[in-house]
Amino acid sequence: MAVLLRPPRRSCSRITALLVRSACVLFLVVVCAASAARRDAVEGNNDTSHHPLTNSTAHKKKPFPVLSFNYDHVRKPFEISLWILLALLMKLGFHIIPTVSTVVPESCLLIFVGLLVGGIIKAIGEEAPILDSKLFFLYLLPPIILDAGYFLPIRAFTENMGTILVFAVVGTLWNAFFIGGMMYGVCQIEGAKLADVDLLSCLLFGSIISAVDPVAVLAVFEEIHINELLHILVFGESLLNDAVTVVLYHLFKEFSHAGTVTVSTLSSVWSVSLWFHWEVSCYMAYLSAEVFHLSGIMSLIACGVMMRPYVEANISHKSYTTIKYFLKMWSSVSETLIFIFLGVSTVAGPHAWNWTFVVSTVVLCLVSRVLGVIGLTFIINKFRIVKLTKKDQFIVAYGGLRGAIAFSLGFLLTNSEMKQLFLTAIITVIFFTVFVQGMTIRPLVELLAVKRKKENKGSINEEIHTQFLDHLLTGIECICGHYGHHHWKDKLNRFNKAYVKKWLIAGERSTEPQLISFYNKMEMKQAMMLVESGSAAKLPTIVSSVSMQNIQPRGPARRRAIPSISKSREEEIRKILRNNLQKTRQRLRSYSRHDLMLDPFEDLSEVRFRKQRVEMERRMSHYLTVPANRQETPQVRKVCFEPEHQVYTYDDSDSTRGPRSSPPDAVSLLSESPQRPSRRGDGELRAKDEQEELKLSRCLSDPVQRRKRKETANSSHNNNK
Amino acid sequence: MGALQSLPGQPQYADLAEKTGFSYDQIGVLHKRFNQLSHNEETLRRDHFNDIPDLACNPIRSQIIEAFFDRRNFRQNGEGTVDEIGFEQFLVVMSHFKPPSLHITDDQREKIRKEKLRFIFNMHDTDNDGTITLEEYRHVVEELLSLSETLEKNTAKSIADAAMLEVASISMGHMEPDEFYEGITFEHFLKLLAEFEIESRMNIRFLKMDTTTLCK
Repeated sequence: MAVLLRPPRRSCSRITALLVRSACVLFLVVVCAASAARRDAVEGNNDTSHHPLTNSTAHKKKPFPVLSFNYDHVRKPFEISLWILLALLMKLGFHIIPTVSTVVPESCLLIFVGLLVGGIIKAIGEEAPILDSKLFFLYLLPPIILDAGYFLPIRAFTENMGTILVFAVVGTLWNAFFIGGMMYGVCQIEGAKLADVDLLSCLLFGSIISAVDPVAVLAVFEEIHINELLHILVFGESLLNDAVTVVLYHLFKEFSHAGTVTVSTLSSVWSVSLWFHWEVSCYMAYLSAEVFHLSGIMSLIACGVMMRPYVEANISHKSYTTIKYFLKMWSSVSETLIFIFLGVSTVAGPHAWNWTFVVSTVVLCLVSRVLGVIGLTFIINKFRIVKLTKKDQFIVAYGGLRGAIAFSLGFLLTNSEMKQLFLTAIITVIFFTVFVQGMTIRPLVELLAVKRKKENKGSINEEIHTQFLDHLLTGIECICGHYGHHHWKDKLNRFNKAYVKKWLIAGERSTEPQLISFYNKMEMKQAMMLVESGSAAKLPTIVSSVSMQNIQPRGPARRRAIPSISKSREEEIRKILRNNLQKTRQRLRSYSRHDLMLDPFEDLSEVRFRKQRVEMERRMSHYLTVPANRQETPQVRKVCFEPEHQVYTYDDSDSTRGPRSSPPDAVSLLSESPQRPSRRGDGELRAKDEQEELKLSRCLSDPVQRRKRKETANSSHNNNK
Repeated sequence: MGALQSLPGQPQYADLAEKTGFSYDQIGVLHKRFNQLSHNEETLRRDHFNDIPDLACNPIRSQIIEAFFDRRNFRQNGEGTVDEIGFEQFLVVMSHFKPPSLHITDDQREKIRKEKLRFIFNMHDTDNDGTITLEEYRHVVEELLSLSETLEKNTAKSIADAAMLEVASISMGHMEPDEFYEGITFEHFLKLLAEFEIESRMNIRFLKMDTTTLCK
């Protein structure tokens, strides 16, 4: 959930605006609901007190109560809206106070708020809403899981699938049995007053507490930005262990209804659980109807993962942004609510505190997690190419946070005495993991110098080489003569391209190779970045003074004609260029997927904005490359002037001639701009100034600005020579 | 070497194992494969590679095959190409794809990175002049996209141009308009892919057991 507010300010403000707007909407809804309640209350009163037949007459006779308080009618939606409002306000509030949120993870703060609210409600004497399992599993959890599944980094996930599965299945089983068994041993100790907790209940408890919780993991790991491998290991494990947890839980619950435990039942439990383990891990995608039915999380993840490539290829950029922000917002609100409710339920619920039980639970959880991770890594490393180091193991072990899923499962228990005992212990473990582990993991990560997430620069070279490496490794595997990991991945890709994509993706996009779509995406991203942030953005490739002409091989026709043109002529040409560029900008068609329909009768500011945009896109594309055309004819951007001033052809079909054929003026006009930064002092500032100036001069065509620009252009040009 | 029965721990594998870092079992398996590819002859030629059907659908097939016959990959500081290779050279080329062992120093890791990147560099630099020119890079991108049906010539060119521009920006930073960026040298290439973590990505699993080869 921290994802929403971590990215740069512009999207943060966008989210904030979105949240504020939705808060207002909710408020309006609440008010309307309240007023509707009033109206309904009136009619309800009238109907109940008179015959239904005499409805109309009754209305006229009875005095009309203008204001009546009928809270019960609208209670449910009203309360829900209030809670959501609270969640939204909390989210906004935490980011206004920046210092706190760097030390304490949001989840802790939210639980704390929940505790406060619960305390207040209890003080009032009202009955606090508890984190009802139905509410949790049906309403609050699905958005988070869908969001997680949709934005799952597929590449990392599939590459580490084996490891993740081992951790999820074997690790959870180990945890459950170890904790259950040891707790039974603890309960047998005299003086602990726990003699009535039998083995099966302990095992049941073990299965509840053993599962790593995806919500808690997401909440904490999102903020510490560790490298992708560790993130995907812990997160993937937390997603996939749901199946195992649920199976074990129901298994033990059924058995505990069946009666006492004997050796035979234990062994049958063991064999059944083994069978489930095998089934789950071998047939992940084809889980039996029962297991699949029980594990909504798995289906949601599968849905999100499968859906994504096809959805993204079919929709426009705007829809994509909408979906992205909608999912993120929904899951973020859910997550906030979950933590708040957890806090409230802690205050509300009846507790049975038993020091031995609780302390041993916490200790055992830690111990079993550490042992499990170490043991499993030892086995897994034999099969991995990239081994997991001790540091990695530590982070994986330390990141095993428990959360609301454990609480909800505990809540579903029926036996009231042990339920309270268990619930208390579960809540303690959750608090411990979220508060202690959540708060200390960040300094520990820094202390251990764990590799952080590297910035995704979207380098096209890296993308080219990723693809290249894929094909290379597939080829080498072929030559070596065994079907390896790459071979199957390649086969899947080809199948995908040949059959699935044709059906699911509209139009030409289905045959577009990944490299091209990446390239287009990157260009568009840069164009958007330029437009949105105006002048203050960091422009890695643009600020450097390297442009196309430095790369194009020199042909014999390339001549430096600047010395031969007189000063006045140059100025004339430049003036004409500027004039005409402004006019013809409206005729330029953008190459990006955004359709910039320039309507000359539109609002002036809009026009100006669009001019800026096109101008920047044009400049950017000049620096990047000749744009990739898919459907249009190559002659997209041809700026025509009077024949003797044919200064600027930007003809795709003729790209060998391309920018080179344009007289040095046009080129120098544009390449001047990156050179000016090098003349001045500091980085960002000069880029900003330069862009401001250019923007102003081009778009406003203010004679003052133009003159100023002319002067500076002249001076720099002189320096150039 | 001839068609020998591959018994584990054969002494003639000793120096190979030392040179390439493979274990005896792995060398045995690869030797079997070599014999299979070369139809039990002593040397492999290019047409032997062309017989592998699975390789046919690989877009960069020709570059991969060329890499096996490129003397720069034989770790003997040679140059140029050969027409046929023996088992030793086959093994040496394969050893570029061996995963690094777990406990190595940073220097060793850096050395391995350089080796792997050198291999890829050699694959791009087809004319052996030590730099990847724009034309060569364009060729790389075209090959990568060659399987796509709707390829337009200009798309590949644009992508290669953009990539080249990126390299130039990263390596050179600032250039005068009349300066010309000759091509990607090996140092620039290293800088470019500094964050690519090639030592963990450019690996394949070499089997110790001899699986009956399913793909020919």
